[in-house]
Amino acid sequence: MTEPTAKQIKDEKLYQQWGLTDWEYELISAKILKRLPNYTETGLYSVMWSEHCSYKNSKKVLRKMPNKSDRVIAGPGEDAGILDIGDNQAVVFKAESHNHPSAVEPYQGAATGVGGIIRDIFSMGAQPIAVMNSLKFGPLKDGQTKHLVNEVVAGIGGYGNCIGLPTVGGEIAFEDCYEHNPLVNAMCVGLLNSTDFKHGTASGDKNLIVYVGAKTGRDGIHGATFASDEFTDTKNKQRSAVQVGNPFIEKLLMDACVEIIEKHSEWILGIQDMGAAGLVSSTAEMASKAGSGLILNLDKVPQRETEMSAYEMMLSESQERMVLCVKPEFVEDVLAFFENYELDAVVIGQVTNDKQYKIYHLDQLVTDIPVDSLTEDVPEYDREEVQPQRMIDEQDYHFAPEITDLAATWIEMLQRPNIASKKHFYQTYDSQVRADTVVRPGSDAGVVRIRGTKKAIAMTNDSNSKYVYLNPYVGGQITVMEAARNIVASGGEPIGITDCLNYGNPENPEAFWELDKSVEGIASACEKINTPVISGNVSLYNEYNDVAIYPSPMVGMVGLISDIDNVTTSAFKDNGDLIYLVGQTQDDFNGSELQMAQMGQLKGNLRDLDLDQEKLNQDLIRQAISQKLIKSCHDLSEGGLSIALAKSAFDNDFGFDIKTKLTTAQMFSETQSRFLVSIAPDKQADFEKMLQTDFEYLGTVTTEPEYKVTTATDSVVVDGKIAAKSWKEAIACLMK
Amino acid sequence: MKLVKVYVTLKKSVLDAQGEAIKSAIHSMGYSQVADVHMGKYFELNFADDYADLEKDVDAICDDLLANPNIETYRYEILEAE
Amino acid sequence: MKFAVINFPGSNCDMDLYYAIRDGIKQPVELVDYRSESLAGFDGVLIPGGFSYGDYLRSGAIASQAPIVKEIIRFANEGKIVLGICNGFQILTELGLLPGALIKNEKGRFICETVALKVVNNETAFTSEYQANEVINVPIAHGEGRYYCDETTLKELQANNQIAFQYCENVNGSVEHIAGVMNQQKNVLGMMPHPERAIEEILGSDDGLKLFQSIINYQVRVNN
Repeated sequence: MTEPTAKQIKDEKLYQQWGLTDWEYELISAKILKRLPNYTETGLYSVMWSEHCSYKNSKKVLRKMPNKSDRVIAGPGEDAGILDIGDNQAVVFKAESHNHPSAVEPYQGAATGVGGIIRDIFSMGAQPIAVMNSLKFGPLKDGQTKHLVNEVVAGIGGYGNCIGLPTVGGEIAFEDCYEHNPLVNAMCVGLLNSTDFKHGTASGDKNLIVYVGAKTGRDGIHGATFASDEFTDTKNKQRSAVQVGNPFIEKLLMDACVEIIEKHSEWILGIQDMGAAGLVSSTAEMASKAGSGLILNLDKVPQRETEMSAYEMMLSESQERMVLCVKPEFVEDVLAFFENYELDAVVIGQVTNDKQYKIYHLDQLVTDIPVDSLTEDVPEYDREEVQPQRMIDEQDYHFAPEITDLAATWIEMLQRPNIASKKHFYQTYDSQVRADTVVRPGSDAGVVRIRGTKKAIAMTNDSNSKYVYLNPYVGGQITVMEAARNIVASGGEPIGITDCLNYGNPENPEAFWELDKSVEGIASACEKINTPVISGNVSLYNEYNDVAIYPSPMVGMVGLISDIDNVTTSAFKDNGDLIYLVGQTQDDFNGSELQMAQMGQLKGNLRDLDLDQEKLNQDLIRQAISQKLIKSCHDLSEGGLSIALAKSAFDNDFGFDIKTKLTTAQMFSETQSRFLVSIAPDKQADFEKMLQTDFEYLGTVTTEPEYKVTTATDSVVVDGKIAAKSWKEAIACLMK
Repeated sequence: MKLVKVYVTLKKSVLDAQGEAIKSAIHSMGYSQVADVHMGKYFELNFADDYADLEKDVDAICDDLLANPNIETYRYEILEAE
Repeated sequence: MKFAVINFPGSNCDMDLYYAIRDGIKQPVELVDYRSESLAGFDGVLIPGGFSYGDYLRSGAIASQAPIVKEIIRFANEGKIVLGICNGFQILTELGLLPGALIKNEKGRFICETVALKVVNNETAFTSEYQANEVINVPIAHGEGRYYCDETTLKELQANNQIAFQYCENVNGSVEHIAGVMNQQKNVLGMMPHPERAIEEILGSDDGLKLFQSIINYQVRVNN
């Protein structure tokens, strides 16, 4: 193939196919280079200036997020964020979306999503300790969706199980809007046994750039720009842009990188994962951050295919590759170290001090551009935003559910895919490898202990796009607070979040308004509970034939459990324990699972969230847990009290006998800031005394699996065995 | 060059879980006449033209590595490589 | 009693096993590289779970060609203790040190769950601390854990009491619910469940601890 000339690229506007606008191309050629960029250079700009790499559409919004606290050691801008957890230890985490690759090739898309996020963690020198994921699909009606779900789940398990990291939790939801645009968000948490870490930088004239890991092939070229593009029927054939993962190589790479940074820190100046936009993104960012320049010789790059062009090598998204910046005197040691792990490691370039990015291929200089022009000089866009018309139209609507048969509605709700047990999926993930998992998937948060200490890390992935769709600001707040309640209910203190911001086309003013307002909501909630946003990613253009997904921010929250004895789960523990509902219940049915069940659509506004009340309730629960007053604790979320009660009873086949002031409908209300707890009878006085908030004593845990409930309007007895069976088997049944 | 194509399949007595899963997928596509599906592995080995004891060594490679005689059988064909 | 934990490329339960020995039964333990050619000085060899060589070709097949393997075979033939867990079990069958093979689970999916096991033979180096027919809770995590052997082999296993553990509920479709088998001399055990993940209550079960304690007690008896 002969590459188009610089003039052809300009005259035929070939840059447009790669996603650069006329204005951007003009900026590059007239202002930055003062000449026409050649084929390779145009390719580099197009990928580095894509939303996925540059955040050019979302940067202004992202700045609204708080990213400081006493614990923050590194925030956004590194491969992952780092929080101090005391005793010279730190926790490192990040979440990333792999939505588009998963839509096109679900197994590999999901697998490489997991692989990519794990690399982001060990490139900080941290030992990854657990992974989680948040998945969204269309309804489980047709074979195509079921296939997609099976493949995504298999891809996540295939990678995580093989590399040997426990998948300790996550969430799976089903809504119509994700049918053609599934969301696959993965999070990884790591532990740094020191508060020192390696920045992803390439500094110091004449220091060497070392390539480590798998060979480069033609896979995933333009994956980053692909990720910033909308889906349409006609684009379904873009199969070439999917990477294939090799978890076996990544296991070696992970062990090698963790060991080299732990034992030979002085050899390495910087280290970065080759993720989206591969070699160009990693090396340009490393040089730009350090204020350096770089020379790369592509003939040295380990190649899996023949006759690759410079353009292909620079943009390849072949997996399991890292870039290191190494002092020349240690380079032989570094190469030998990786050779012992049977990994390819070669010097491919060196650092310069002229701030130019120069690439040689077949002895020709094929790129010579200012390194900052790939990273710092990307234009930032101020997008137009406007409140969606639906919100204005439906402002005063209040959904009033009708429940004629509480028992029947209860069972029906337990079977809804968004509520039913997801064990069918998560039992295919190894949740215990590394032998540190204290709380496995299925409770409010996953908990992993830190061996040799009293500490443990709680983690959760949460999103509720139905709320965000109805009211992005309040929905954003709820997303953070639900994650926080999951951490608190598990015995932890929320210390920080990462996020994946999954939205539609930012050039659509309504979609951009949703992004902006929900980020403001997230930011306000994070400020309230002092959980800085230390990493994350943005996935825009999640549309299919011009219909956008619900605005779907996903929050990955990490909590610190300072004493492992405080770990609490949602399951009732003993017959005769007293059950309490903490927090006030109102008629919150807009956006609820009950609204979807009864109306088949979302409608209405959300009530403002009282952040002070929310924080007070969280603090009280934390206090009660640390005073050992609570035996089980469960956050109230989708489906409300009825679902929380049933799920708390299922694990140990208990029943309960309760009487409540709530109406029958309110048993399914989704009012925020609430917890369901059980306590030992002898703790009643102490518990009620410390509980300076709204609460209601409901009744007791019983041995027989029978759910006896008297509401303000009804009295029913539900057979717990049938309830449990309905909840446990619903998904497996739908997946048949 | 000699090209040796090796086919490894599960013995008939061993349940082919993947084959069964594929069969049910094919059936759900509407091809209900497909009676049986078996999944196996396929290898290509290249040897020099004058390689001595070719069959003996291929047998050994198959017995010792490519197939597990407890559960799998294999067959191979020797061709002239193009 | 000094243990070796063999580390193949892709092993991922090596440290879990290491900690089970170091912290669970407080015995000396070392990781041994797959390229090593000697097991001199060790009293027991442990082959950990994981995905050696990515489980490419067949689980355990490529690992069974590694340099350390000759030494493991020698060790086993001398009657010393060899325990393979999960991928370690797969490697031992690939090596021919244990009969049968491990193939894809009946339902074709990976399963991670804590399951009930029955101790079938409690008169062995690995099980003497358990009661006969004791039911214990031990996690499994495998996609290719369905034990298969032909009928003749099965009869031999039964006649010679080589079945160590059975699943109470046949989770993966194994022949005769087999979860763990030994060689004829009963110094080599392979099992799919992970006793090293069940040595502390905080992780959900400590039923695996007795397996490791049995090994030490056996060694004490041998030495006396």
